[in-house]
Amino acid sequence: MTHRHHEQDNPSTGNENAYSRRLFMQQGMVFLSMATTVPSFLQNSAHGIMLPVGSLITSQAGVPDDRVLVVIQLAGGNDGLNTVVPYGSRDYYNNRSQLAIGAPGSSRSSNGNALSIPGADGIGLHPNLTGLRELIDGGQAAIMQGIGYPNPNRSHFTSTDIWQTGNHSGQGYGWLGKYFDNTCAGKPNPKGSIAIGSKAPLALHGKTQKAVNFETEKLFRWAGKNTDDSLASTYDDINRLETMQGISKDSQLDFLIRTSLDGQVSSDRIRKAVQRQPLVKYPDGQLSQQLQMIASMIRADLPTRVYYASLGGFDTHANQLNSHANLMRQVGDSLNAFQQDVSAQGNGGKVLTMMFSEFGRRVAQNGSTGTDHGTAAPMFLIGDMVKPGLLGTHPSLTKLDKGDLIYNTDFRQVYASVLSDWMGADDKAILGKSYTKADVLK
Amino acid sequence: MAGSTLKKLDPKKFDKSKARHLLNRAGFGGTERQIATLAKMGLDKAVEYIIEYERVNDPSPVNSDDFDNDIMRPLTGSERQMAMKARQSGDEASLETLRQERQRRQRADRKQIAEMEEWWLKRFIETPRPLEEKLTLFWHGHFATGYRTIENSFHMYQQNAFFRTHAMGNFKEDLVRGIVHDPAMIQYLNNHQNKKKSPNENLARELMELFTLGEGEGYTEDDIKEGAKTLTGYTFEDDAFSFNRRQHDDGVKTIFGRRGQFDGDDFVDLIFTRPSVSTFVIWKLYRFFINDLPHGPTPDATKYVGQLASVFKRSNWSVKSVMKAMLLSEHFYDEENIRSIIKSPIQLIVQAMRTINPPDRKKLLRTLSLASNLMGQKLFAPPSVKGWDGGRSWISTSTMFMRQNTLLFLITGQRPDGYAWDADGSTFDAISLLGGRTKSPKQAVGYLLTTVLCNPNIQQEREDALLDYLKTQHNVIDNRTVTGLLTLITAMPEYQLS
Repeated sequence: MTHRHHEQDNPSTGNENAYSRRLFMQQGMVFLSMATTVPSFLQNSAHGIMLPVGSLITSQAGVPDDRVLVVIQLAGGNDGLNTVVPYGSRDYYNNRSQLAIGAPGSSRSSNGNALSIPGADGIGLHPNLTGLRELIDGGQAAIMQGIGYPNPNRSHFTSTDIWQTGNHSGQGYGWLGKYFDNTCAGKPNPKGSIAIGSKAPLALHGKTQKAVNFETEKLFRWAGKNTDDSLASTYDDINRLETMQGISKDSQLDFLIRTSLDGQVSSDRIRKAVQRQPLVKYPDGQLSQQLQMIASMIRADLPTRVYYASLGGFDTHANQLNSHANLMRQVGDSLNAFQQDVSAQGNGGKVLTMMFSEFGRRVAQNGSTGTDHGTAAPMFLIGDMVKPGLLGTHPSLTKLDKGDLIYNTDFRQVYASVLSDWMGADDKAILGKSYTKADVLK
Repeated sequence: MAGSTLKKLDPKKFDKSKARHLLNRAGFGGTERQIATLAKMGLDKAVEYIIEYERVNDPSPVNSDDFDNDIMRPLTGSERQMAMKARQSGDEASLETLRQERQRRQRADRKQIAEMEEWWLKRFIETPRPLEEKLTLFWHGHFATGYRTIENSFHMYQQNAFFRTHAMGNFKEDLVRGIVHDPAMIQYLNNHQNKKKSPNENLARELMELFTLGEGEGYTEDDIKEGAKTLTGYTFEDDAFSFNRRQHDDGVKTIFGRRGQFDGDDFVDLIFTRPSVSTFVIWKLYRFFINDLPHGPTPDATKYVGQLASVFKRSNWSVKSVMKAMLLSEHFYDEENIRSIIKSPIQLIVQAMRTINPPDRKKLLRTLSLASNLMGQKLFAPPSVKGWDGGRSWISTSTMFMRQNTLLFLITGQRPDGYAWDADGSTFDAISLLGGRTKSPKQAVGYLLTTVLCNPNIQQEREDALLDYLKTQHNVIDNRTVTGLLTLITAMPEYQLS
C-alpha cells in the first residue's frame, strides 16, 4: 500500500485533521502516492534508471530525448493559502478576516471568488489564476499541496538556499548543478543551463557546472560593440580561434580564450533566437518576458536542458490584497502563454515547468493586512506529462506548528521524481539520499 | 622532505617586470611610477617595504566607531518583558509595533552592510598597505562567515577588523584561537547553540576540516564529537565573546587519543600537534598568491609547499615569516607562475582602479560592489563556510562578459543597459597612461600591453589587431583612441590573468 511510505516521510501523518480527511479521503482524491511508481512513459526503460542521460530516455514514443526543465522561483515567499484557497475551511476565514478569498459563487466576499478546481471540493484557485485553471482543464498542470521540509527556516536567504541545494544546511552546490556534475562526467556543460537574471542562482552551480545567465540578451555581450564599428570588429579579431595558435592546451589562457569564444557564439545564437517574434501573444510583465525568452531559446533548439526564471515581490507583509492579486494574474497568464507557445512550436512534450517559492506564509494575517513568513505551500508542475489537477492533501488549518502549516510532502520527493523520471538522472547520487518519489508525472 | 630552505631569487634578476609581478600578487598592481620605485629598491628592500606595511602611515585607520554597533543590539530586559507580556495577553497592537521595530532595525542593518561593502572596496582601492588588505581578504575567504546568515553587520565589521589586525600575525595564537572567540563566527557556525546537553558540532568540524587540518586529514568523527564538547558554552553577548560556564561540558574528553578535561583553547593546542596543520593553510596561500593550480598540485608546487610549511612550523606559525620567505623566493617569480592566477572579481576591479586610475564616476563604489557581486564575489557574503572556490570557478561565459563590461564602464562610463549604473560625463585622461612621451602606434600598443595587460608577449595576431584598430583611426594617438585601446585590452582573455 502506498501509505506505508507516506507515513515515513510525513511528520504529520496520523494527525490529519477531520477537515482534510473529509474533503480528500472520502472523495477519493488523487493522492501524492509515495510509492516508487514508474511513470508509464518510462516503463519500457525503467530498468535503466541508473544509466546516464541519453541511454535511458529514448524508447518512448512522443517523448523526446532532449527534454527541458524550466524552474520558476516566486521569490519572497508566496502566500500559498491565497494561491490555492481552502475555501471549505472555516479556520481560513477566521484567520484571515480581511484577506480571505470567497468560495466560488459566494456573494459575501469582497475579495473575489476562488476558481473551482475540477474534482476538488473546498479547494480553489486565486480568482486571477484563470490562465492556470485553463492549463488544469487542458490536463497540463498539477498542483502539489503542502510541500515543505522538516524544521522549516523562515529566513528568505536560508530557506532559498535549502531549496536550491536540497540540503537542510543550505550549504553546498545547487541540486541542478549537481545534476550536471553527475551526468556530464566531471566536465562542465557550458550551455547546459541558462538563468534569466543578473546572477545565476545557487541551484545551477555545481562543482564544475556553471550556468549562463543574463537579464536580457543585450547584456550577454561585450557592450563596447555598441560604441564604435571599428572597436567591434577589432574585438572580434582579437577573439578569433586563429589566435589560439601556440597556446598550450588547457592552460589558463586556453581555458579563458575558449570560454570567451564560447560566449561569442552563444551570445550571437541567443540574441538571434530571442529576437524572433513568438508564436503567441505574451502578456506584459517580468515573468512573461523571461518565459518568452526561454520559449524562444527552446524553439531555436539550444542545447540547454535547464532554464531558470524568477519573479520577486511575494514578500507581502503589508496590504497584500492588490499586490498579490497582480502577481497571481501575472503568474497564471504567463504560464499559460508560455505553455501555448511551446505547444505551438511542437515542443509541448519536451518541456516541464516547475514552480516553487522558498516558503509560504503564516495562516493568520498580521496587523498590516499582510502575512508574515510561514512554512509549507503548494508547488506547481506544468507540462503535457504531468498528472493534472490537485495532488496530495491540503495541510491542516487546525493542527499547526506555532501558527504555521505542517508540510506533508518533502520538496526533495518532487526533485527526486523530476530528476529520475524527467531528466533520467540518478536522483539518489544528486540528492545524497534516496527520497520516495512524488507521483506527479504520468 | 628535500631541503628545508627556500631558494631565494637572485637579487640581480629583480627587474621591473618582477617588481610588477610582486605588486600584482602581494597587492593590486600599481602605476608605472610605483613599479619603477619598487624595482629601484631592489628585491630585499622592496619585499621589506611590502611586508613591513605597519611602518607605512595609514591615512584612514580603522576605528571601532566607524559603524553603528547598536542597530542589532539585543533587547533590554524591559523590552523583553514588554514583548512577553504582549504575547501572553494577545495585545495585537503592541506586537505589531514590536514587529515593525524589528523590521526597521533589519532594514537599517542591511543598509549598513551595504555601506560596509563600499567602505572596504574603497580601502582596497586607496590603501598604501596593499598586502594588509589582500591578506584580510584571504582570511575572510579562509575563515568564511556570511552576513546573510548572521544578519549582524557590526559583528561582520568586528571580524573584518580582527582579520586586518592579525593579517600577518600568528596563525595559531592570533587567528585560529581568535576565531573560536569571534561572535560572528560563533553565530555563523551555531556555536552559541553548542551546549553541554545538546552539543552542536558545526564549529568543531569546520575548525579542523576547513580552517586548520583539511578534510579527513588526521582526525576522526569521534574527534569532532569530543572537540565539540570542548567548545560548549563558547558563546557571545551583544558584541563580545562570553563563556557560559553552565553550558560548558567540563568532563573528560578524548581527542586524538589524548584524554583530559579539555576546553576550547586546549582543543586548539591539540589541533596544532597534527601533521597536516603546517601544510593545509600553506596550500591555500599558494593558490592565492602563487598559482591557482587548475590541474591540481604539481611536483614542484608540492616540494615548495613542503619547504614553506617547515618555515611556518619553525617560526611557530608566523604568517609574516611565510609571506617573507614566499615573496623573496625564486619560485614565486618563476615564469610558469607569472600570469597563472585567474583574478578574483575584487582583484580585477581593484587592480584596474590602481593601474589605470580611471576617473571617480558617480556612484562608483556602489556600482563596483554590485559588479563584484554579479561576478561572484560579494564582500561579507562568501557563498559558504568554504569561502570562494577561486580559480576557474570565477569564469563562465556570463561572468566573462560581466568582467569585460565592468572594465568598459570604468574606462568609458558606458553602462550596460538594464543596470542602474549611472554613467556621468567625466572623461578620462587616458593619454597620460602612455608615460608622457610621444609614441608611435607600435610603441603605444607595446607600452599598454606591458603596463595594463602586464603581458608584452602576446600572439602577434592579437597585437596586429590592436595596430589595425589604430590604422582605422588614421594612427592618431589621442585620448579617444587610447581609450579605445584600453577597452580592447581589458576585454582580452589575457586580462583576466594576474
